[in-house]
Amino acid sequence: MRWGLTGAAVAFLGLMLILPLVVVFATAFSKGWSGFSAGLADSDSFAAVKLTLIAAVISVPLNIIFGLAAAWAIAKFEFRGKSLLITVIDLPFSVSPIIAGMLFVLLFGAQGWLGDWLAARNMRIIFAVPGIVLATVFVTVPFVARELIPLMQAQGREEEEAALSLGAGGWQAFFRVTIPNIKWALVYGVILCNARALGEFGAVSVVSGHIQGVTNTMPLQIEVLYNEYKFVPAFAMASLLVLMALLTLVLKHWIEWRSARSLAQIGSGPDRAIAPPR
Amino acid sequence: MDAQFKSGRLLTLTVLAALLPCSIAPVSAQVTLLNVSYDPTREFYEEFNAKFAEYWKSKTGATVEIRQSHGGSGKQARAVIDGLEADVVTLALAYDIDAIADNSRLLPTDWQKRLPHNSSPYTSTIVFVVRKGNPKNIKDWNDLVKPGISVITPNPKTSGGARWNYLAAWGYALRHNNNEESKAREFVAGLFKNVPVLDTGARGSTTTFAQRGIGDVFISWENEALLILKEFGADKFEIVAPSLSILAEPPVALVDKIADKHGTREVAQAYLEYLYSDVGQSLAVKHYYRPRNAAWINQAESPFSKLELFTLDEMFGNWRKAQQAHFSEGGVFDQISVKNK
Repeated sequence: MRWGLTGAAVAFLGLMLILPLVVVFATAFSKGWSGFSAGLADSDSFAAVKLTLIAAVISVPLNIIFGLAAAWAIAKFEFRGKSLLITVIDLPFSVSPIIAGMLFVLLFGAQGWLGDWLAARNMRIIFAVPGIVLATVFVTVPFVARELIPLMQAQGREEEEAALSLGAGGWQAFFRVTIPNIKWALVYGVILCNARALGEFGAVSVVSGHIQGVTNTMPLQIEVLYNEYKFVPAFAMASLLVLMALLTLVLKHWIEWRSARSLAQIGSGPDRAIAPPR
Repeated sequence: MDAQFKSGRLLTLTVLAALLPCSIAPVSAQVTLLNVSYDPTREFYEEFNAKFAEYWKSKTGATVEIRQSHGGSGKQARAVIDGLEADVVTLALAYDIDAIADNSRLLPTDWQKRLPHNSSPYTSTIVFVVRKGNPKNIKDWNDLVKPGISVITPNPKTSGGARWNYLAAWGYALRHNNNEESKAREFVAGLFKNVPVLDTGARGSTTTFAQRGIGDVFISWENEALLILKEFGADKFEIVAPSLSILAEPPVALVDKIADKHGTREVAQAYLEYLYSDVGQSLAVKHYYRPRNAAWINQAESPFSKLELFTLDEMFGNWRKAQQAHFSEGGVFDQISVKNK
C-alpha cells in the first residue's frame, strides 16, 4: 500500500513536474551553449530581465514593510475592523490576477477614474514601469503578512511587554525581541514573495502594453519569443526563470531546516508546521 | 507607546505607496515613436524600423528610435484606448482603428481616407494550409463543410484573422448561392461545425495545427501560411489556394492627439508613408505580405497564390457594418454557435 502510494506520487510528479523541466532545459540547450547564450544576448531580453528584477526589488521591500506592519497590528493589538483587514490582505490570493490588472486599468487608464488627472500632469502609470511594479506589488501583498500573522499571534505579546517593563524602548523591543522571534518566518515570506514577483504573468500582462525593450517582463518576453517561433531563446529565458525559482526553493528548504533547528534548540517554540530534520 | 509604533509604521507605508508612481518616469531626449501593432508583423517591423531610421537620418540628420508593441489586434486597440501612447497604430483590421476613433477621439473617424489604398500599404488574403500531399483532397471552400473534415480557425470573437476567415467563407457562399443570405449562413454554420477547437488568436491556431497536429485544414492568413512552411518545413505542409477569397487590408494610422502631444507628427507621418516606398514594399514581400504594386505579385518567383479576390467593402459595405451584423453580441456568429451546440 505504502509503495503503491509513493510510486503513484513519484510517477505523477515525474510526469507533471520533472519531465516539463527537462523539456525546458533540453530545448534551451538544443543548439548548444552558444545557442543558449545567443538567445539571451538580445537587448530586448536583457531589458526584460532588468525590468523583472526592478519589479522584484521594489515590491519585496514594500512587502516586508507592509507585512510587518499588518502582522504586528493584527497580532499584538485589538482594534475594530481587524477581521476585515485580515480578509482584505487575502484578497490578492482570492481574485484572479487579470482582475488585479483590470483594476489598475480602470483606475489609471485613459478612460479610467484618474485618467484625465494623470494625463493633464503627463504622468504615466499603466503601460509603463510604475504599472508593472504596482501590479506586482498587488499580487504579492499577502505573502509576508500571511507568514507572520499566525506566528505572531501564537507568540502573543508577553515577551515584548517584559522587555518594555524592563526599560526597553519601543524600537528596541521591536528589533531585539520581535524580529529575532519571527526571523525565519519573515525570510520565508520574502522568498515566496520574491518567487511570485519574478513569475507574475496575468496582472502584469494587462498593464504592460507589451512595448518591446520597455515594458515586457521575463514571463511576457517568453510568450513573445515563443509566439515568434524562436523556441531556443524562449526556452533559454524560461530556463533562466526556472533557475531563479529552483534557487528560491533551495533557499526555502535551507531556511526551513535552519528554523527547525533553531526551534529545536530553544526547546519550546510555537507549533509551526515544520517537521524537524531526521 | 504601542499606538505610536503603529502609526509610525503606517505612515512609512503610506509615504512609500504615494512615492511609488512618481519614482520612474522615462524621459529621453531622442525622438521615439511607438508603433502599436498586431502579432504577426513583429519581424516585418523590426526590419522596417531599422531601414526607416537610416532613411530618416540621411534625410533630416535626426535620430529616431522606434519602439514596437505587439499583441492581438483587438487587445492592442483596447490598450491604446486605455492610454497606451501609440504615435502610430498598424492593426489587423480597420474596425480596431475605428474603435479607437470612436471610443477615445484620438484620431478622426475618417482616418482611413488619409493614406492611399484605404490606408493599407500591404495586404494579405486567406488561404488553406493542409498536411503534405493533401490527404483529404481539399481544393476549395465547399470541401471544408464536408462531414469528417476537421477545420482549424481561431475564434472570430477574439481574433482579427479569424474574422477575415469567416468573412471570406461568407463571401464565397454568397457568390455561389446568388447572394442568398440564408444559404451563406447555412454554409458558414456547417463550416464551424467542423471546427474542433477555437483558439483565441492566429498564433494559437497555428500551434494547434502545426505543432499539436490537430485538424485536416487550417484557414490562415497567407503570410502566416507561408511562414508555417518556412518555420516547420515545406515537407510537412502545403498551401491550397481556394478559388475565391477576401482581400485582407491591415490598415495603418497616425494617432493625431498622441503624436501632437509627443511632437512627433512629422516623423510619424513620414514613417507611415515610407511603408508605401519601394523599400517598404519590398520588405513587405520578404515577410510575405502582398505589396500594392500588382506587378510585384505576378513576378515568376513570387510566393503568392494566384486567386480571385473580393474586398470587404464590395461584399459587406464596411467594417462597422460587418462587425455589427456578424460579430457583435447576439450577431450571426453567436447565433450559429448556439445552433451548433
